[in-house]
Amino acid sequence: MLTAALRKELLLQWRTRSQLMAVFVFGATTLLLFSFGIGPNAEMLRTFSSGFLWLGLLLSSTLTLSESFHAEMENRALEGLLLLPSDPRALYYGKAIANWLQLTLLGCALVPVMVVLYDAGTTELLKLLAIILLGTAGLSAPGTLYAAMTAQVRAKQTLLPLLLFPLIVPALLASVKATSLTILGDPMHQSRSWIALLAAFDLIYWSLCGLLYGRVVEE
Amino acid sequence: MNDVAIDAERLARRYGRRWALRDVSFHVPPATVMMVAGRNGAGKSTLLRVLSTAIRPDAGKASIGGFDVVRDREDVRKLTAMLSHQNYLYESLTAKENLQVAADHLGKRRNGVGELLAQVALDGRADDVVSTFSAGMRKRLSFARVLLQEPRVVLLDEPYGALDPPGFDLVDQVIRDLKSRGTTILVATHQWDRAARLSDMALVLEAGSVVWQGAAGEVMAHEVKA
Repeated sequence: MLTAALRKELLLQWRTRSQLMAVFVFGATTLLLFSFGIGPNAEMLRTFSSGFLWLGLLLSSTLTLSESFHAEMENRALEGLLLLPSDPRALYYGKAIANWLQLTLLGCALVPVMVVLYDAGTTELLKLLAIILLGTAGLSAPGTLYAAMTAQVRAKQTLLPLLLFPLIVPALLASVKATSLTILGDPMHQSRSWIALLAAFDLIYWSLCGLLYGRVVEE
Repeated sequence: MNDVAIDAERLARRYGRRWALRDVSFHVPPATVMMVAGRNGAGKSTLLRVLSTAIRPDAGKASIGGFDVVRDREDVRKLTAMLSHQNYLYESLTAKENLQVAADHLGKRRNGVGELLAQVALDGRADDVVSTFSAGMRKRLSFARVLLQEPRVVLLDEPYGALDPPGFDLVDQVIRDLKSRGTTILVATHQWDRAARLSDMALVLEAGSVVWQGAAGEVMAHEVKA
């Protein structure tokens, strides 16, 4: 059932792939605007680069997460799947994994933009990829749940960030810290504990949100 | 032979302060076609949505094949297929892909999809995305989705809506085929005369309440009175 749900999500994402490009441009523009806020201070730009990267990714994620339920609500397609019957948990994990992949792709695409704008490169690319994977997992799991919750309300674009942002503060903080230590150097090996904290929050999010999804989408 | 009956007892459902269904009771024996008639807003769609388990009743109870629509939702869903106003289709997927998605979720093989599309005369448009389809074509595809489920109970909400004359005949044929296989069918429609010819029983709703129920052949007399 999970395979079926994931296959459907990836097919839907592929059909609307042009939107991912638009979201990438939005994220890149956000990074550019942050650099304007700091001004031509190379050292400060480098120091804040990881925070800007994750804020850019966070703002972009609300667009992709919200969009991921557009197709489900258009003709009540989600209700149709539930009535087949489909397991709500499989539907949730299918969508959350697809959103995770999309956000990871977006995160990876924004890294070169960050390097160019903030001169914030690193040679530890695998570690950075691992942090992006864990960080975006922390965004997509609660993000998918809240996007489902807000999909049927009129002010969903406003409501989703209002609900989501406070919940993901711990994951966001751990992602920023771990990324920052990877870029700026980590002589005390502190990044490991931030990554472990991030992984722990991911575990909690992915377990709890999967259990709650059925209650959110079923009347 | 099918042995799945539908029972409703004092079923009620409200939206805000307005009662969409009030004290609705009926029994549909197995392998029977029952027509649900009534004007716009009479509660036909709400009744079918409650029976399909899409929404919960606020009072009363209903069961399909002995399974309660609230307590045994999963079992009811395994027996039932619903043709809804909202066609449950993904706009950005093709006709074939929409059926394949449903087949995957049902754990069925994808082989039968082509045959179903041919059955609803959409085989020529199998690889076109649904967003390019007319309302009638969407309805046909929704029918194919219902048939894919091989249900023992079918709930049809306005099956004739948006269809052309050949589409009307297609719906009649599908209902006849399902009936011959012993499927229990509920048809909510404004096409009284057409549905009455295919139905065994009829139920007339008005403002959420049952105002008449009896043999389908007699429903036209009620319409004349109404």
